[in-house]
Amino acid sequence: MGEMEQLRKEAESLKDEITAARKAVQDLTLQDHVAGTAVVGRVQLKTRKTLRGHLSKIYAVHWGDSKLCVSASQDGKLIVWDSYTTNKVHAIPLKSSWVMTCAYAPSGNMVACGGLDNMCSIYNLKGKDGNVKVMRELAAHTGYLSCCRFLNDNEIITSSGDCTCVLWDIETGSQKTVFAGHLGDCMSLGVAPDFNTFISGACDFTAKLWDIRDGQCRQTFGGHESDINAIGFFPNGNAVITGSDDASCKLYDLRSDQELITYQDSGIMCGVTSLAPSLSGRLILAGYDDFNCNIWDSLKAERVGVLSGHDNRVSCIGVTPDGMACCTGSWDSFLKIWN
Amino acid sequence: MTINTLSQDGVQRQQMPCLTKMERMIISMQDPDMGIKLRNQRLLITVIPHAMTGVDIVEWLIKKFSISDEEALHVGQLFIKYGYIYPLKEPRNLILKADDSSYRFQTPYYWMSTRWPASELDYAIYLAKKNIRKQGELIEYEKECYNALHKRINHTWDFVVMQAREQLRASKQRRKADRIVLECQEQAYWLVNRPPPGTQDSIDHGPERRTMNTRVQLNAEFYKKEIEHNRISLARNRVKSSICLESYVKYCEQYQPHDPIMQGCLPSNPWITDDIMFWNMTSETVALPTKLRVERWSFCFMELLNDPMGRKEFLTYLEKEFSAENLCFWQACEDVRHGETAKIPEKVDEVYKQFLAPGASRWVNIDSKTMEKTLEGLKRPHRFVLDDAQMHIYFLMKKDSYPRYLKSELYKNLLARAIVPQETKKSVFPFMRRQRHSSPSPALATQTAEDDGKAKNSNSNSGTASRL
Repeated sequence: MGEMEQLRKEAESLKDEITAARKAVQDLTLQDHVAGTAVVGRVQLKTRKTLRGHLSKIYAVHWGDSKLCVSASQDGKLIVWDSYTTNKVHAIPLKSSWVMTCAYAPSGNMVACGGLDNMCSIYNLKGKDGNVKVMRELAAHTGYLSCCRFLNDNEIITSSGDCTCVLWDIETGSQKTVFAGHLGDCMSLGVAPDFNTFISGACDFTAKLWDIRDGQCRQTFGGHESDINAIGFFPNGNAVITGSDDASCKLYDLRSDQELITYQDSGIMCGVTSLAPSLSGRLILAGYDDFNCNIWDSLKAERVGVLSGHDNRVSCIGVTPDGMACCTGSWDSFLKIWN
Repeated sequence: MTINTLSQDGVQRQQMPCLTKMERMIISMQDPDMGIKLRNQRLLITVIPHAMTGVDIVEWLIKKFSISDEEALHVGQLFIKYGYIYPLKEPRNLILKADDSSYRFQTPYYWMSTRWPASELDYAIYLAKKNIRKQGELIEYEKECYNALHKRINHTWDFVVMQAREQLRASKQRRKADRIVLECQEQAYWLVNRPPPGTQDSIDHGPERRTMNTRVQLNAEFYKKEIEHNRISLARNRVKSSICLESYVKYCEQYQPHDPIMQGCLPSNPWITDDIMFWNMTSETVALPTKLRVERWSFCFMELLNDPMGRKEFLTYLEKEFSAENLCFWQACEDVRHGETAKIPEKVDEVYKQFLAPGASRWVNIDSKTMEKTLEGLKRPHRFVLDDAQMHIYFLMKKDSYPRYLKSELYKNLLARAIVPQETKKSVFPFMRRQRHSSPSPALATQTAEDDGKAKNSNSNSGTASRL
């Protein structure tokens, strides 16, 4: 018992030293620095399309390219939409209706989903006979699947309620690397633009940056006061943006290894459920529990717009790869495309 | 949302967001218009105001949040467990019954967020009051606590007894209904903060908290890993925040013309005008690219490599310089990294034969150290075995060929010829607009034509976005 107490104290004191080292490179506040930057002005986006078809709460949406996206709903369906024409390209029935996440492969050949069944199911969209079938069921997690993202047609990363993230080989269905270190459910993950690293946000209030090749946690970021629900990379890959139940979003810079900007407002008291940066990174769109989506100026840390139109919580949000439009999915069973 | 206790002193901070959420719900439940309908409840011969039944609570939750019975019962139960609602009638335990049992909202004075942690002194006074009021009213575990407290804070015991007597005297002067309510409130508070043995302590345990803690053992092994991680983290090089912030400002500025949400796009945004020319003009196989696209290749090397057309142009340039094998090698390595696992050995073998073997037809120039390491790794090929060599060639191209390409005639020529699309304006007259929904009635159409004219003149925006 004495040894463990000593170890714990040592870990704590090292943490304090790290905090001091981080403070030492804080030479300028955000306000001072962006004083000269032009103001964005009011950003007003309109709903351009409404995708109707789900019968229950939508939990996740992910863009494949500038027009195709996949959405998952607890009515037990995975729908691939051509959002421009609002046609349903595929409506895939799921074995388990308790789905919490979905993902589109960058190649457009596959989609994946998972949830309370603790599995990640991969579906092949380009099967020979035109039918969409389950290609693989990746099972090894001992907790629910909160998020998944494809690296390519052969590898996928999943985050789970069992506090770990896993890199899978889709072909063999085996776990290639287990990323363990979080102390709470991993709620969300994001892959870096260069595919060498990924970030995970968890219920232990921290975000971790992992090296995909050697499985090590490279950096840990704290500061949130509650579960981190949403996470994403800033488009240049040098920063991580997190959204939390403590009603704030934070930007953590990877090079200075610390939080640089917090996006919060005394008028917002409900948690962030999802977030997505615009193509240039200047705008951050964040979905909240109070049925709205706030648009933040990422440099000035001010709210510059609101997307209101859903009748229930906004559970997921995504911006197209070409930055043209953003899609919000809600518990009111509708998806809306805005720009 | 979790109520968690990772460390003793961290308890309150970690619970606050959850408690705040609960309290917001409790407040909305007490809203005079939209909240639960409260009524008077008869308790023997006394009438207690502002009471509600268990069924009221459950039904209100079902209606407000569109959830199932089971979920509403569970949520209601949580309110009682954390002391925000208490039962009126005996037996007073922290359980929600979805029948006509009476409940009341706990006064904010006793909320966990305002009155935590519960002090020993207060508990002593409470037990002393109970003891004085009716000798032998203390239950077994309460007797034990009372005796333990008596020993522990013996020096202030006179104060305790005096306070207890004073509070009892004051309460006797209150109306019976008030007295009963105050007693109930106090009792509920202590049921939460000093739970009887055998019941779960709601402060230390949130739902499923036990199973969560066993997933990650906070043992010596864990702390050793933490120390190692922290040591490495401490030693890392940290860039000044001013430099980092500056890089974001620059990045946003540079990409702003490419961000359609910020700055629109030419010829027009397909989502707004239903005209897909933009996508046609920026597709992979277009004959002549747009100016913006060609400009973007100059932002950084990855932008050039990520665009298939950019890669093609760059390859043409490299062929002129007789260094095309570098790009081909890089592409082959990418294929290994992102391709099928089963094909890796054969692909790696191909790469070796074409690019790395002595006398290979497209031999790439890698430094001897990297070459040695790569050749060693080829004995046991895996997905990342070519990473070092690929990185070396990547940097070679980035530092040498890429900057020269940007200054070359080939690039400048393309940039000059690149298209700047004409803006196609949205047609004003509503009849001309392609109808995405069923056509409006003619009467409505003339109205909207007028409105459109008005909207164009004034600066107000008639969108679905709301004012801040």
